[in-house]
This record gives sequence, C-alpha cells and structure tokens, in this order.
Amino acid sequence: MLKIFNLKASTGGKDILKGLNLEIKAGEVHAIMGPNGSGKSTLANVLSGKPGYQVSGEINFEGKKLNNVPIEERAQNGIFLAFQYPLEIPGVNTSNFLRTAINSIRKSKGEKELDALSFIKLIKEKASELKIDEKFLSRQLNVGFSGGEKKKNEILQMKLLEPKFSVLDETDSGLDIDALRIVADGVNSYKNKDNSFLIITHYQRLLDYIKPDFIHVLSDGKIIKTGRSELGQQLEKTGYKHLN
Amino acid sequence: MKNKELNSLKEYKYGFTTQIEDFKAPKGLTEETVRFISKIKKEPKWLLDWRLKAFKRLKSLKEPNWQKPKYPKIQYQDLYYFSSPKSLKDKPKSLDEVDPKLIETYKKLGIPLDEQKKLSGVAVDAVFDSVSVATTFKGELTKKGIIFCSISEAIQKHPSLVKKYLGSVIPITDHYFATLNSAVFTDGSFVYIPPNVKCPMELSTYFRINASQTGQFERTLIIADRGSYVSYLEGCTAPMRDENQLHAANVELIALDDAEIKYSTVQNWYPGDEEGNGGIYNFVTKRGACRGKNSKISWTQVETGSAITWKYPSCILQGDNSVGEFYSIAITNNHQKADTGTKMIHLGKNTKSKIISKGISAGSADNTYRGLVDISRKALNSRNYTQCDSLLMGNSCGAHTIPYIKNKNASSVIEHEATTSKINEDQLFYCNQRGLNQEEAVSLIVNGFCKEVLQQLPMEFAVEAQKLVLISLEGSVG
Repeated sequence: MLKIFNLKASTGGKDILKGLNLEIKAGEVHAIMGPNGSGKSTLANVLSGKPGYQVSGEINFEGKKLNNVPIEERAQNGIFLAFQYPLEIPGVNTSNFLRTAINSIRKSKGEKELDALSFIKLIKEKASELKIDEKFLSRQLNVGFSGGEKKKNEILQMKLLEPKFSVLDETDSGLDIDALRIVADGVNSYKNKDNSFLIITHYQRLLDYIKPDFIHVLSDGKIIKTGRSELGQQLEKTGYKHLN
Repeated sequence: MKNKELNSLKEYKYGFTTQIEDFKAPKGLTEETVRFISKIKKEPKWLLDWRLKAFKRLKSLKEPNWQKPKYPKIQYQDLYYFSSPKSLKDKPKSLDEVDPKLIETYKKLGIPLDEQKKLSGVAVDAVFDSVSVATTFKGELTKKGIIFCSISEAIQKHPSLVKKYLGSVIPITDHYFATLNSAVFTDGSFVYIPPNVKCPMELSTYFRINASQTGQFERTLIIADRGSYVSYLEGCTAPMRDENQLHAANVELIALDDAEIKYSTVQNWYPGDEEGNGGIYNFVTKRGACRGKNSKISWTQVETGSAITWKYPSCILQGDNSVGEFYSIAITNNHQKADTGTKMIHLGKNTKSKIISKGISAGSADNTYRGLVDISRKALNSRNYTQCDSLLMGNSCGAHTIPYIKNKNASSVIEHEATTSKINEDQLFYCNQRGLNQEEAVSLIVNGFCKEVLQQLPMEFAVEAQKLVLISLEGSVG
C-alpha cells in the first residue's frame, strides 16, 4: 500500500529525515517509536503533505507517487492523519465540519453528497461507538475540548472518513486509561485486511491494546531497528540508548 | 421638460415606468439645483425651505478628513444631482451585454434570472414578476395600517409624519455629507408602524421596485410607534450595477416606547478592480434614536463592497432601559478600505448596548473599526459590551481598532474585548487533511469567525451572505 524510499526532509535548513525506508502492506499495523526529536512527527507531516518541508526520495501510495500531490487530494485518496495537537476552529460547529469533510471526500470519488438526515444518522452511530456524547457534536470544533475529547474526536473523524491508511501521531499522549481503551477499541474495530495504520507513540501501553505487526525505532531521521511486537516491551525496559 | 413627462414621473409608484426620456437637473451643486429637485418632486414649501437651509449650512461646512482612508477630491460642481431613470435604449438589452464577471457572481449566489436582469439594469418591459408580488404585499401591510412606500410618496401622502420626524435624528446641520444629503436627497424608503403592530414580514427595498433608482443621495426614515416591531432589510446580496461614485445616504430610525427596530444591511457595491481603480465611495450616515422607554434598535451589517466604506450606524439611547445593538462584518480585499463602527450614546437610565464587530482584511486592504461608547452622567446603571475581532489574510493588509470610550458615571460598566488574528496555516492544513480544498477551508474558517454576526441576519439573507463572504475573499489565500 505505502512504500517509502530514501525519504529525506528538511525544514528551515535543518535536516530531519535522513533517508528513511519503509513499506506498509494492506492490513498491517506498524508502530514507530523513538526519542524526542528523531523525526516522528515530521514523518507524519510529510506523508500528509504539510507545507514547509523540502522533501526528496519517494513516497508511493497504491502505486502512485505522492510527493507533489496536494494535501486534500492525499486525504481524498485515503490518507488520514490523527493530529497530535488537533486544531481549534472557533465558530465552526463540529458536526458541520465533519459533514463538509465527508462530502468533500465523497465528491472527489464521484459519490453523492450525504444529505443532512443520513449524515446525522451516520454520525450518531459512529459517536456512540466511541462513547461520545451527542452534545459534543454541536460544540465548536475542538474549542474548549479536553485533551481526551480532542483525541476521541480525531478517531471519530477517522471512522467517519474511512481512510485506507491512517497515521496516528501520539494519539495516546494525554489520555487517561479509560480514554486510551476507547481510542484503542475505536482503532481495532476499524482495522481490517484492507486498511493499514502507522502508529507513532512514545509508550508501549497503547501497543498493549493495538497489536502492531511491526515496530520500528526511528533515531536521527532513520529507522535503526525493526522488530515484531516484543521490541516494544524490550524498549520499555531498556530505553533507546543502547540501540545507538 | 414637458408637463406630461413630469406627471408620469410623479405617478411612478411601484411599477416600471419606461416612457420617461432622459433628463437631468442642472449640473453642479447650486441653489438652483436644490430648487429644481424640490420642484420636480412637487414638494411642499416647508421641505424646500428645509433643503435650502441645509444647502446654506453646507456652504459653511468642510468635508471631514479625520478618517483613515483618504480619497481624491470630489468635484461636487461636476456632478448631476438629479437624473431620471435611464431610457430603455441606453440599458443593456439582455444579460449577454452585461459584464460576464457579474453574471458569474449572480450564478454563484443562486439569484433567479429575472432578478439578475433587474440587478444588472437590463431593460425590462412593464410587466415584471415582482410587481404583482409588491402589490399583494402592500395590501397585507395596509390592512395593519403599516405605511411602506418611497419617501417621495410619503412626503405627498403623509406630510405630517415626515415633517415631524425627518431630520429629528440626523439634523440638517450634522456634518458635511449628512447636510449634503439633506439638501439634495432624491428618494428612499419610508416606513411607519402604528402602535402595537408587529410587522408580519421582513420589509425589504427589494419589494419596492423603484428603490433601484434612488440614486446616490438616498434618504430613509423608519418610525416604530409605541409597542411595535419591524425588521427591515436594506439592499441585496448581489452586486449592484451602479454608475454613481459617491453615495451619501442618510438613514434615520425612531423607536418610541417599547418599540423595536431591526435594520439589516448587506452592502455589495462595486469595490473597484484588483488594482484599486474605480469603485464606490460609500459615505453613509445611519442613526437610530431609541426615543421611548424600553425601546430597542439593532443594526446588523455585512459590508463587502465599495472602494471606501465610511459609516457608523449609531444608537442614541434616550429612553430609560433602552437597548442598542451593532453587529458588523466588514470585509476588505484587494485595495478596498473600510473605516466603520458605531456610536452608542447612553442618555437614559439602565440603558444597554452591545457591539460585535468582525473585520476581515485580505490583499492590500485596510480595515478600521472605530467606535464610540459614551455614557452620560444621567445614564445610571448603564452597560456596554464591545467585542472587536480582526482577521488578517496575507501579509500586506491592515487591521486597526480605535475605540473611544467615555463613562461619566460610576454606576455604569463598560467592557471592551479585542483580538487580532491571522488565518492560521495550521488550521488550513487541518482542514485540507480532512479533504477540504483551500477555498472550502477558508470559507469554513471565515464563516466560523463571522458566525455571531451572520446569525443575526434573517434566515434567507444569512445563507446568501455566507456565500457572499466566500466570493469576496476568493483567491486571497494560497
């Protein structure tokens, strides 16, 4: 599904990704761990097309080179980023935002836009799966949301937009145990053989709930180690230092 | 000028009169011009005297120059102050002859074809759909005793009301442009709501066909008698084809005891081209008097057009417990300039005012909020709340907030909040990542920013205004 070859990215004259290779197949869950400043969030940003980076190397998604594809087209093609810090947009009703988003994606696929009633039905169903109160949907997007509410809102958007490939950028940070479980259940219930995930995290605890097929350690802009899920537990005990 | 033609002009009520040939007042701003206008309109002597008094006063006044946007000197002696509707042969024959850009905007706003023709000044023969609409509409209002007509008609048919209230909120000595308007105003709207009547529909100039011909010196007078209510919509969200460069209208509102007036404007006149050539100077004086106790006046404005907008819809809160509100969105793009805000003059006890102002600047535009809150010594226990938010798009535009605050008694409370923000790249990225393109994203963020004001507009207006906000900012980001 996703092939990354010799990916380099710099911003403000500073090299951050320094030749990263990664392949993610349909149905796989990959986790990326690594010390602060190793380039994890940059990878998430570059995959989704955020401006402000000089990028070389190749990102290939379903056989198509992504490097110069605009952000919204990547999203419409099925790439989703759950933000580490979801943005507040004052005055914009959460449910209006979600409806605009799902309809933009449907339009790009040549599908009919959802009318208000079918949308409400759909969003209520998805919200209840994540134990999100309906009142939450009429609030301004992310404004005054708690950390946990913001992250749940990201997972709600993921389930609504049904991407093929989702990047979760530290979705577990700032979550209490209950919220963590709800978020993980949300991901697990969405996971199937056709979609894949890249989970960026600092902690093993999320990976106790969402079992990754592979764990990669990112350090100084490169993947320095790849292993199966036991690698996570090992890192939890020993840290990253001895890997260098 | 033949008598027959004069009569046909006078009879011109709410239909299109197409027989009139083109004729104009003598060129220039002279006593002769003032007399000519008054004569053509068959005005009573008191009104002529009133106009002449204003004209005399005008000679001793100077144009104000304290505002931020500067403009080239207006050659008042080169202007015509009265001109009849253009004859059919000078008008575009069909929409094919109208600027395609204008038509494109109409389509985006979803304006019906007939209406497009009317707005762009296409010659339309006497029968026009809205004529019948306007007539049925009038019948319903008449039953309730509501008067809604052109001010020229009101001068003829309801002279005592006009005489009592005209100039009672904006005196003829007020300031240069208001005084100019008093001397040479040509037409405008008149509304009177009798005691304890709630006007059953939104009154709109749109239903008054001849409103599109009122020209550059429009005069509007709205009186809400005791316990009455009226909501008045001015203008239309579609851009108006207009040849006049200077617009100096006067709007006066009077609310008596327990009455409420809601006045909404969507102004979308020609803003000039992308380089800043041409465009309308919109120098309007709008003022409302909450004359009775418990009365309320609420201004809502969406200003997206004109090269220069210079206006301060104000409330004089005379009656005890009266309420004044001002909700404003001012959008400036390219080389547009706006210096707009409000004045809330608290005179009565327990008076309240609320100001919500949203300014958006894009391109090389400059946007100033200028507002006065003045609480007098006798206005005990009064309150004001002001919130001014500015949104900047790009690096070459400007936003300024200039509040003047005077509180002369210790029992009153004034609150002022102001924010300035830029459209945030991260917000755009977030929206793009959810599949929205740049324009959808900007529209979403901007509409969110304007929401508190947009929701004050009557429903059908709000939807169009929302689209208009997007159209005005098209291409200004990314």
